[in-house]
Amino acid sequence: MSGRLRLHVPEPEVRPGGTPDFSGVKIARAGTVRRPPVDVDPAEIRDMAYSIVRVLNRAGEAVGEWAGTLTDEELLAGLKTMMRVRAFDRRMLMAQRQGKTSFYMQCLGEEAIACAFRKALEPGDMNFPTYRQQGLLIADDYPLVDMMCQIYSNRRDPLKGRQLPVMYSSRKHGFFSISGNLATQFVQGVGWAMASAIKGGDRIAAVWIGDGSTAESDFHSGMVFASTYKAPVVLNIVNNQWAISTFQGIAKGGSGTFAARGLGFGIPSLRVDGNDYLAVHAAAKWAVERARSNLGPTLIEWVTYRAAAHSTSDDPSAYRPKEETDAWPLGDPIKRLKNHLILRGAWSEERHVQSEAEVDAEILAAQKEAESHGTLHTGPKPSVRDMFEDVYEVMPDHLRRQRQEAGY
Amino acid sequence: MPRMTMIEAIRDAHAVKMAEDDDVVVFGEDVGYFGGVFRCTAGLQERFGKNRCFDAPINESGIVGTAIGMAAFGLRPVVEMQFADYVYPAYDQIVSEAARLRYRSAGDFTCPLVVRMPTGGGIFGGQTHSQSPEALFTHVSGLKTVVPSNPYDAKGLLISAIEDNDPVIFLEPKRLYNGPFDGDHDKPVTPWSKHPLGEVPEGRYAIPLGKAAIRREGSALTVLAYGTMVHVAEAAAAALGIDAEIVDLRTLVPLDMETIETSVRKTGRCLVVHEATLTSGFGAEARRRRRRCLLLSPRIADRPGGRLGYPLSARTGVGLFSRPGPCGRGDEARDGGLRWAPSPSNSPMSAKASPRPNLSNGM
Repeated sequence: MSGRLRLHVPEPEVRPGGTPDFSGVKIARAGTVRRPPVDVDPAEIRDMAYSIVRVLNRAGEAVGEWAGTLTDEELLAGLKTMMRVRAFDRRMLMAQRQGKTSFYMQCLGEEAIACAFRKALEPGDMNFPTYRQQGLLIADDYPLVDMMCQIYSNRRDPLKGRQLPVMYSSRKHGFFSISGNLATQFVQGVGWAMASAIKGGDRIAAVWIGDGSTAESDFHSGMVFASTYKAPVVLNIVNNQWAISTFQGIAKGGSGTFAARGLGFGIPSLRVDGNDYLAVHAAAKWAVERARSNLGPTLIEWVTYRAAAHSTSDDPSAYRPKEETDAWPLGDPIKRLKNHLILRGAWSEERHVQSEAEVDAEILAAQKEAESHGTLHTGPKPSVRDMFEDVYEVMPDHLRRQRQEAGY
Repeated sequence: MPRMTMIEAIRDAHAVKMAEDDDVVVFGEDVGYFGGVFRCTAGLQERFGKNRCFDAPINESGIVGTAIGMAAFGLRPVVEMQFADYVYPAYDQIVSEAARLRYRSAGDFTCPLVVRMPTGGGIFGGQTHSQSPEALFTHVSGLKTVVPSNPYDAKGLLISAIEDNDPVIFLEPKRLYNGPFDGDHDKPVTPWSKHPLGEVPEGRYAIPLGKAAIRREGSALTVLAYGTMVHVAEAAAAALGIDAEIVDLRTLVPLDMETIETSVRKTGRCLVVHEATLTSGFGAEARRRRRRCLLLSPRIADRPGGRLGYPLSARTGVGLFSRPGPCGRGDEARDGGLRWAPSPSNSPMSAKASPRPNLSNGM
């Protein structure tokens, strides 16, 4: 025995050039995880933090106790929403490559989570999202043109060019202003939920965080406050395996799963197949019902895979094998829902192709309209005058003077 | 009229607003059942219930973070940091979130939040219970920063802060909680009950944010001070027989330039006294703004110059400057315009005075 200490630095299973290996990712068979009553004692479902709720099986059938929360029409609408999100991402990625905006972030492969979750909420509920939940807005029919104008920082940008592209805000659509400082929203949303409880209302909050940002102290702060005050909030961790170039093991440490983070706080904690639209909706509905029934918070780890780069400023081929996306065992959420709907007799390959064309045309039309108001480097910009507005409710003299000195 | 300590006046401001407005909620470490380590929230939980006043986990970023969410919901949270020295874990939430929310969402979300904290030295608390971090907040656009110096102002300013629709940092000089402090640790504290500003009306009254107060009228020079240093400056002026005009800034952002300008035009000299560290302190900002007003004043430009010839003390940093010559050139370039008066040996405070720093190199 040398007795010399050594630091443990976790590493992913494979790096570029290696063969993707997800054999360590244990995936329960669809339909095998029970659906407990919403008022279950958290101690009785501790095992669910280590399993995975799934509804769609490999054949495309919806099976088990979590199935059956959506009608054919609702599923078709969900499919269409996910297709719109993906087409939107594709167009905006292209726009960034063409120099029409400085930056973009896709949610490729993760569409089911935000899109299905949004359908479990009611008007007046509030999301505290990260930058990868554009699906929440699109699923709530937020105008695509307004999103694009924000991305282009043009004269119609609702946020007047003050925010990085994709950092949307819409109180009306239950979408809290996105911050670039990660994890801050996690604890704020818990506070919003506490306020709703203080006022004796019936609105609930949903907070969002990525696997990497669970390492931030604000995540733990949010867990403490949610647990202590039994806040009506759904605590969402989107585990897409990668925090830019850092694999999820760096944030997770030795805890086994991210869902297991909730156990020490006595918060019911689920782990759910994030690429399964039906499972996402069913689990979201369960957690939302718990919150709205004053039963307190629920932690959900959505297991998914970030199929695209972190952002347009990132190149994942530098840190993970290109083949990893295809090897991901939970598949593509759009293909899985499409197959299920075909199996149900509610959809067909032909209608899918036709629908893809319709969605593309819709996104293109929105893009043309947005670009008629300008892009990053063309057309009128938000005024410098706007730079001094909204710092305070009433502009103080010193800012008025600075604005005047700037010539506005 | 009732007489109150600053603690009682702060407690009363909470009670007045909580009674008036159901949206006002109060929380922080030891704030609920016990009523705060300095007793500023004593009795509020009993009177208004646990939903309105409650204890929080020891987690400053969590306290401010949840309060931001509550404010976005539509409440008016008032949170306490047990000491200003403990606010730093919450700094990201204050600077990146509370201060920017209105701006970054183009008014879609707002943050009517008050973060209260005991500030400053003088209670033998060592370096983790004595700091004056106001400049860390005055630098941040979107925040208002308030420092009361007496019970009457503390109540009126806190009521205004709670009613304000933007986040307010409310720094309470803990050395003043029970009585004004004249800079001399060896003398007994004069209680607020014997001070005119210990008279605090019942019910609601508001002192607008951004309005300074003249504590002592004078013609020899203008002293800009806030918090504990207002009383130290008053005592120094009395002890030295100097006809100083003492301006209590009360609010650092927004700063009452009108009162400052009027006073400085009258006296022709200006001194800023603060308790915080000198480098990049609020005194530098006040000096910059004051200088701007002097440049606009023909009367000052005609005055003969002269270095101020009396001391200012403190263990902590104190900035002193005058505008000695005709305006428009010269002195600024040589010494940054910031001059220090050497402490005369006959000053009772000189033994504690800071050494003269080399400002042209050091700043």
